[in-house]
Amino acid sequence: MTTDIGPPDYKTMIPPVVQRNYGKWLFHEILKPGVLMHVGESGEALYTVRAGSPRLLSTETIRAICEIADTYCDGYLRFTSRHNIEFLVSDKDKLEPLLEELARRSYPVGGTGHSISNIVHTQGWVHCHTPATDASGPVKALMDEIHEYFVTMTLPAHVRIALACCLNMCGAVHCSDIAILGIHRTVPKPDNSRVPNLCEIPTTVASCPTGAIRGDMKNKTVTINNEKCMYCGNCYTVCPAMPIADPDNDGISIWVGGKVSNARSTPKFSKLAIPYLPNNPPRWPEVVDAVKNIIEVYAAGARKHERVGEWIERIGWERFFSLTGIPFTDKHIDDYEMATETFRSSMQFKWR
Amino acid sequence: MAKSETPLLDELEKGKWPSFVTEIKKAAEKSPMANDLLHQLELSYKDRIGHWKHGGIVGVKGYGSGVIGRYSDRPDLFPNVQAFHTIRVNHPSGWFYKTDALRSLCDIWDKHGSGLTNMHGSTGDAILLGTTTDHLQTCFDDLSEAGFDLGGSGSALRTPSCCVGPGRCEWACVDSLDLCHHLTMNFQDEIHRPMFPYKFKIKISACPNDCVASIARADFSVIGTWKGDIRIDPAEVEAYASSDLNIQREVCDLCPTRCMEWDGRQLKIFNEDCTRCMHCINLMPKALRPGEEQGATILVGGKAPIVEGALLSWVLVPFMKLEPPYEEIKDLILRIQDWWSENGRSRERLGELIKRLGMRTFLRALDLPATPQMVKAPRTNPYVFFWPEDIQQEVK
Ligand code: HEM
Ligand code: HEM
Ligand code: SF4
Ligand code: SF4
Ligand code: SF4
Ligand code: SF4
Repeated sequence: MTTDIGPPDYKTMIPPVVQRNYGKWLFHEILKPGVLMHVGESGEALYTVRAGSPRLLSTETIRAICEIADTYCDGYLRFTSRHNIEFLVSDKDKLEPLLEELARRSYPVGGTGHSISNIVHTQGWVHCHTPATDASGPVKALMDEIHEYFVTMTLPAHVRIALACCLNMCGAVHCSDIAILGIHRTVPKPDNSRVPNLCEIPTTVASCPTGAIRGDMKNKTVTINNEKCMYCGNCYTVCPAMPIADPDNDGISIWVGGKVSNARSTPKFSKLAIPYLPNNPPRWPEVVDAVKNIIEVYAAGARKHERVGEWIERIGWERFFSLTGIPFTDKHIDDYEMATETFRSSMQFKWR
Repeated sequence: MAKSETPLLDELEKGKWPSFVTEIKKAAEKSPMANDLLHQLELSYKDRIGHWKHGGIVGVKGYGSGVIGRYSDRPDLFPNVQAFHTIRVNHPSGWFYKTDALRSLCDIWDKHGSGLTNMHGSTGDAILLGTTTDHLQTCFDDLSEAGFDLGGSGSALRTPSCCVGPGRCEWACVDSLDLCHHLTMNFQDEIHRPMFPYKFKIKISACPNDCVASIARADFSVIGTWKGDIRIDPAEVEAYASSDLNIQREVCDLCPTRCMEWDGRQLKIFNEDCTRCMHCINLMPKALRPGEEQGATILVGGKAPIVEGALLSWVLVPFMKLEPPYEEIKDLILRIQDWWSENGRSRERLGELIKRLGMRTFLRALDLPATPQMVKAPRTNPYVFFWPEDIQQEVK
């Protein structure tokens, strides 16, 4: 048994053309949606074909991808930070045949430039114990509907979409142009017979962001102040005897306007657009329609290079709500720690 | 024809986007585990609720992390996923693979697990989805024979990840692939044996476009940048001017500091005002390049909302040169981890601890100077603390 060997050395995984031009790339061009050309100072070119992936892959599909990479890419490929597959082609003559093969096998090619690339997402009902919604299902339903935006580059700027199935927000949900977030709406129920054996009471009390949990030392359990609980589920993460999932009240909230790059404006958090939509498997039509509506209103109104968050900051939030037709509610007004920073302390606003 | 047992999931095999249901079904042809996963997921779709119990503690000898334990709450219906653990496998820097390496991963996983994976988890690991407790050790042994090791989980250093950087990007200001590999190897102990108050993530992007979302998804964010002037190739600027790019409107007017001037023939950049946002370089990659003195900005504290609210990493070291053997950055990481281990409460992320004790305490512990680059603006409230040595002590 050997331990602490770490990952394979990337130097053994990069194609010869990358080895030769490593750190000496001069420029790149997007030849067409999903196809990039990087040219090194040496004049040599590397062609990249980016294909969409469901992220959850069977070994059989990975082998099929390997076969394609063997035929057209001398056995080299990579995955992107948004879970797309990139075929790395050094022989230009193999580019078109590769694209034809991918088309034959129905792999979508795209995700470059001003497009909607893959949705960064999480486990959901496939593997996690704290989700308020599924991950793979809503992602598939949405990507089917907005497929055109993946294979073209017609938007004002990139639109990054991410999904997390609970408030732990594994992934990039808090900084995406459009974010889909699973939420609960009911208070967890401590199971007094199991809490004493399964949970550490001080840890459970400390897990609550709003101080809603009190230790009941006499009975070795906890009590929850329902008025203070906003159903984040963090107490359940540390104490399995406090189940919170509720089929009729769990669902999805939609957030907008986040970004991580520094281009033009500084990175931004996503902000609440829609507080609740129901879980409606297998195709989550309410969620798909809501996201499509936001994309379409943005695409029609934003200026070139304007990310969703930059567009909203230019037109103002009141215009965002009137243009999208999304109702503004008391739930949109922050009531956590730094709430007052989000209030409008000025006379500058629009009537709608 | 027999009625399908998974009518809800079958709907998700339709449509143009590649289907995860098709993937599960492919694996289910060979694996009873994948087959039970499929049917349990169908039940979740019907019930609109998850069917996994809280994970127990499982793992491999010598390690305290790398495996996520998971058990079905309906083992009566789905005995093959009674235990269905995830193994996190540390990916090569930049997610570059040779097909023979990927195939060996597939062979090992078909032998020990469900045949299902995530390529990749959002921290970066290759995720092997679903195996039983008694396969964990043998699977690990086979993995390490094939040159793969586990990634992090729990209150440990999580698997570092990075952008494609100098492997295929002309904007890379640091060797993100090499630094990522170097730090991963250097901190093997911290990755495999949880010893911190909570999780700790490192992500490296080689320029401010931040393609691994390091500022949002890491406690310790390394983002490439430069000092000095943006390199301009006037001939290429002219080529852009005669293309359909409107340099005034699309480049100069969108520059956040308005530090560019375009007179229709010549592009001038007043570099002392440039904040290196990347916008002009993104739009004119053939004409503009990052400056020659390259390094990185180190930012700390990024995290998701639980418990105290979401944080984006903020500037700690405005500029650091990063060259092998990377002593300065390794030393900084160690000093931060020491301070956090000493002062952090259980399950308190670094960002929350700095918020609780204050930047001034943190900077003093690290022996780093306060600089204006650390703040968007100085404080507005007058509740200012002074150190004892700042004030005149009483004369006895
Ligand atoms: C506003 C400007 C940009 C932003 C906000 C941005 C952000 C991102 C994000 C979120 C990804 C992940 C996408 C995916 O994997 O599908 C990404 C990937 C990437 N982007 Fe950018 N990007 C920007 C400009 C560019 C441009 C124009 C290029 C062209 C060279 C570029 C180079 C890359 C590369 C090479 C990747 C793959 C990196 C990896 O997966 O490790 N970035 N970018
Ligand atoms: C308090 C905060 C968090 C808790 C308690 C938490 C808990 C969990 C749990 C239980 C899983 C296991 C899912 C499975 O069964 O495979 C998981 C998965 C994961 N989490 Fe978190 N998480 C937290 C925050 C985060 C954050 C902020 C990130 C990333 C920035 C993250 C990244 C991941 C990743 C990469 C996975 C692997 C699965 C995937 O990518 O789909 N987690 N998390
Ligand atoms: S977001 Fe929540 S439910 Fe989803 S994988 Fe992460 S911890 Fe689990
Ligand atoms: S669900 Fe969240 S807010 Fe409610 S009691 Fe638990 S930790 Fe507190
Ligand atoms: S972060 Fe910068 S250097 Fe790294 S891949 Fe993205 S654009 Fe290139
Ligand atoms: S990098 Fe950004 S700030 Fe600097 S000149 Fe270009 S657009 Fe302006």
